[in-house]
Amino acid sequence: MIKFEEVSRIYEGQTRAALANIQIEIEKGEFVFLVGGSGSGKSTLLKLVLREFRPTTGRIYVAGKDVAALPERKIPALRREIGMVSQDFRLLPGKTVFENVAFALQVIGKPRSLIRKVVPDTLELVGLGDKSDRRPDELSGGEQQRVAIARAFVNHPKILLADEPTGNLDPDTSVGIMRLLDRINRSDTTVVMATHDWAMVDQMRKRVVELEAGHVVRDQARGIYGAR
Amino acid sequence: MRHTFSETLSGLRRNAGITMAVIVTMWVSLSLFGAGIIAAQQVNLLKDEWYDKVEVTVYLCTAKMSGTNCDPGQDITDQQRRLLRNAIENNSEVEVVHYESKEEAFVQFQKVFKDSPILDALTLEEMQDSFRVKLVDPTQHDGLYSQIQNMAGVQRVQDLHEILDPVFKVLAALQWGTIGLSILLLLAAALQISTTIRMATFTRGREIGIMRLVGASNFYIMTPFLLESLVAALIGAVCASGTLLFGVWFLIKRNSQGFLESFRTVDWPETLIAVGAVFGVAIVLSIIPTIISARRYLRV
Repeated sequence: MIKFEEVSRIYEGQTRAALANIQIEIEKGEFVFLVGGSGSGKSTLLKLVLREFRPTTGRIYVAGKDVAALPERKIPALRREIGMVSQDFRLLPGKTVFENVAFALQVIGKPRSLIRKVVPDTLELVGLGDKSDRRPDELSGGEQQRVAIARAFVNHPKILLADEPTGNLDPDTSVGIMRLLDRINRSDTTVVMATHDWAMVDQMRKRVVELEAGHVVRDQARGIYGAR
Repeated sequence: MRHTFSETLSGLRRNAGITMAVIVTMWVSLSLFGAGIIAAQQVNLLKDEWYDKVEVTVYLCTAKMSGTNCDPGQDITDQQRRLLRNAIENNSEVEVVHYESKEEAFVQFQKVFKDSPILDALTLEEMQDSFRVKLVDPTQHDGLYSQIQNMAGVQRVQDLHEILDPVFKVLAALQWGTIGLSILLLLAAALQISTTIRMATFTRGREIGIMRLVGASNFYIMTPFLLESLVAALIGAVCASGTLLFGVWFLIKRNSQGFLESFRTVDWPETLIAVGAVFGVAIVLSIIPTIISARRYLRV
């Protein structure tokens, strides 16, 4: 589903590679933790999957597409197959929960009839079926993150990327978010989650890819956070 | 589509102040631009008409109007007149010659100035006989000039170009001044539009970021911005067109029975050409800066 072939990325004006010679393959339906300290290259890796920029060298395949060679006008089609959740939720403050989730479908031209059917189902899935008329500032952090996940998942993407989704949440709330991501993963969605949350990683026993200064230093099935 | 329209509307509301500024700038600049185009057409009409009527007038000596080739206090003699007519008629630069007697000239004078106090200022005796000469090519007259300028009985040779060219030069300068000024203003309008979009991309940054993330197309993201500037420009164009139509009616059509009767003036067809140009410029000038700044500020 996601394949990195000798991928390097050097940011403009820098000499050190943010990512160096990365070789990873993630199968359809896998759940992968991406771990490593700040600046290890986790976010860069996720951004490359989203094609926010191209790799400096190497090839990246996402959902069968050669991402590095993808022309700009085809980027939207790629992103419709990927859901993205970030640490800071990125909800629209003026819109209700329902509208926030519906927004993701509206702007890719989905018909209203479909939106009215799919959005409540997705809110139900993330456990916010009864809060669809609330605004983001009336929700707890955990609930806001659920809205963000609902928005990322409402179009049923093949891949869900999560960049520190529990970074701003307390441990109990984080468990709930984790369970939700696990549930989405079991509906055959590939999930890649960048995280610092070692307790979570240890508990889940999923595949762990560890980055350090742009290199993959560990790729372990059913891994834990710290062990080599 | 619904979402696009509601975004456009809320964008227009949010930027009401700057949108008004764009509309007013567009209005003024497009009015000037349209006025320049109408003026250009008016000048061309006048040129066609005046240059068509007569090109060179050869005034003949009278007892009251004397010149270097005149016998003082004497009218031109029949002999001199015949020689002169022959010379003009046989000149290869000449197409047609028409002799206008002082009686005819007086009748013409009375007609043109019938409601004017000047009417009483001149008498029949002060009119001059003249040869009205139409040239084959209005720019070629040196041969005729040198041939007849010093012939006996010629009081004065007047070339209409000598009088009209400076007038048309002034008119042309005014025209280009107007159009140049309007282009400066239109440039200001274009900059306003691109600033508006830049500001809007900041205030709507998060929204645009999410749109990108979930895979909205560039066109989809840009459309509300395009529609916003298009609406502002079109309102400006409508106001400018109204101004032009009113101006033509007020200054020209309303007065067409009065002093303007004596020469041709622009009419609705010419005004419509200017209105068309105004709309064309408005559309181009709203879409191009929008696309340019959208490409710059709405990057992937």
